[in-house]
Amino acid sequence: MAIQSATSEEGAIGTATDSRGRLVTSDGTPLRRALERANRRRKLTALALVAPLLAFILIFFAFPIAQMMWRSVDNPQIVNALPRTLVALEDWDGQGVPDEPVFAALHADMMEDLDRPRREQAIGPLGIRLNYELSAARSAISRTARSVPNFEEPYRDAFTDAHRLWGQPELWQIIKREGRPLTLSYYVAALDREYDADGNIVKRPENRQIYVSLFGRTLALSVAITFMTFILGFPIAYYLSTLPMRYANLLMIAVLLPFWTSLLVRTSAWIVLLQQQGVINNALVGMGFIGDDGRFSLIYNQTGTIIAMTHILLPFMVLPLYSVMRTIPPSYMRAAKSLGARPWTAFRRVYFPQTLPGIGAGGVLVFIISIGYYITPALVGGQSGRMISNEIARHIQQSLNWGLAAALGTMLLVGVLVLYWLYNRLVGADSLKLG
Amino acid sequence: MSMPAYYTVKDKIWHYTFRVICYAIFFFLLAPILIMIPLSFNAQPFFTFTREMLTLNPDGYSLRWYRDFLGSESWMRSIRNSFSIGIAATIVSTTLGTLAALGLSRSEMPAKGLIMGILISPMIVPLIISAAGMFFFFSSINIAQTYLGVVLAHAALGTPFVVITVTATLVGFDQSLIRAAANLGASPTRTFFKITMPLILPGVVSGALFAFITSFDEIVVVLFVAGVEQRTIPREMWSGIREDISPTILAVATILVMISIALLTVVELLRRRGERLRGVTPG
Repeated sequence: MAIQSATSEEGAIGTATDSRGRLVTSDGTPLRRALERANRRRKLTALALVAPLLAFILIFFAFPIAQMMWRSVDNPQIVNALPRTLVALEDWDGQGVPDEPVFAALHADMMEDLDRPRREQAIGPLGIRLNYELSAARSAISRTARSVPNFEEPYRDAFTDAHRLWGQPELWQIIKREGRPLTLSYYVAALDREYDADGNIVKRPENRQIYVSLFGRTLALSVAITFMTFILGFPIAYYLSTLPMRYANLLMIAVLLPFWTSLLVRTSAWIVLLQQQGVINNALVGMGFIGDDGRFSLIYNQTGTIIAMTHILLPFMVLPLYSVMRTIPPSYMRAAKSLGARPWTAFRRVYFPQTLPGIGAGGVLVFIISIGYYITPALVGGQSGRMISNEIARHIQQSLNWGLAAALGTMLLVGVLVLYWLYNRLVGADSLKLG
Repeated sequence: MSMPAYYTVKDKIWHYTFRVICYAIFFFLLAPILIMIPLSFNAQPFFTFTREMLTLNPDGYSLRWYRDFLGSESWMRSIRNSFSIGIAATIVSTTLGTLAALGLSRSEMPAKGLIMGILISPMIVPLIISAAGMFFFFSSINIAQTYLGVVLAHAALGTPFVVITVTATLVGFDQSLIRAAANLGASPTRTFFKITMPLILPGVVSGALFAFITSFDEIVVVLFVAGVEQRTIPREMWSGIREDISPTILAVATILVMISIALLTVVELLRRRGERLRGVTPG
């Protein structure tokens, strides 16, 4: 009743007071309560309008990402497969090979697992999990699992005879260390660290350090690309802002057409232009600037990634710069010059500082986009132009180390969100304008 | 940028140098895209101009890559997929996004900043992370490698654009029109279709266009979530570039460039119409 009558209640403002002199509506409810109710109702309507999309995004977007991030610490494999062994290992001091009771528990765990239906067996995931820490662990587990039913006491000898890995303290240290439901080992690996024999986190040997330098390269490439878009974007944004609207809109097509053209089209255009037998190299050879054997390697390396991504992201720099420059009155520059500033000083002291919001907006936007870019580096980057996203994709699709992919992805995501937060503080998300 | 009379020789040189630099940058922006158009008519299976093409010999040109494209079952399927997935995703994201924008632009909306942040997050999160998350989640609920999965994924990626454009249109929206309609006895539904909708339509249409383009051009999520059956045009180009590189992709690229020119024109016309309606004349 209260809900339907909200409008009529408002309509009755000031028509009556109750015995204590408070304003009431026509049906006798105090006005204050009626207004509160109407407000609550409006709030609920607004929420009801947003709710479908909010639910949709939470279920199909936010939840999957949270689930993926959970994978970076989730560690159920060893706990599921070897419950008895882990209990028996509690008394082990971490030195040498464990004693017979541990091996007996291991035998019992593996025997129980073999009785389970194939789909529920925990041995397979266990082998995969241990293999991330110690290569050859997977084959050791699967080979042992086949002969476990024939094992006889003493189990310690039976296991070490089946595979030499069971006689190595390293394997047992890993089982003990990773035998808990949550792990940090994927982050340890993602930071190019590993555990030593005493369980301390140390740097990996030089030749196995990949990810820190890859993060560094991703940052360096993104900085280079952001810088290139700034160098190329600033002059044309300035030029466009000085033109009358009519011409500016026409020339703006040169910026907007690439913006609207398919990413794959732009990337393949650069392959066509830059490859060894491509248009640029052929033209240079044809005009006699370089010999046929002196063709430049412009693609499938960092150069290719920087050129193609600068082209792809340039509009994201030009558009915010242009919209800021449009608002700067040209009279400021004239005033500076008439007060005796040389053109360069006037530009540096008067014009340039006013473009900083646009540079900040465009720069952070380009940087955020390029740091997580996947397609273009994958197609034109070769080995030296690979970025962190390519490594994440490789771990998901080829090496199947999903925990490590999740750890790398979480680190990338946190980085991007921090940058976005900065961007928001700097310019406000409202300035994200399209087209 | 007309040249004032008091310019010295040095100023004039700088003036022209600056223009040359700017046109060189415009050339850098446009040339790679435009150069593919003549190359797509190459009679030879090369990605470069042949001697016949440079001497404008008609034998150097042919439509064979277009025939190749039109005769290929996998390319044709990718066109059908791109359009059907794009249209379905656009319908979902435009409906949900417009409703949400209507709610968000009400002054009574609680926790506006937080909700807006969540709703536009698909635009900020790197695609590789969205794609990885969806890949695991969609596999676990058995909609990976289905049309439904790809459509839902693309709808999620497209909604921020609808929310942003429609919210922007609603900023200048006169709320008293709604009250006037209610006062004259219209039901909320009738008010929406008769008053609100026609006024925010340009915003909704350009939001829908952005959502469609997002889906039409999307490849990362498709790589992870789609199966062979759901391959879209960008996915087919991806294999074209990686596996059997043939000038057919140039023919496809040319067609796509034509489509983007058409879309650009539509958006520009919409923008002008919007400005005219709001009484702003282009200067």
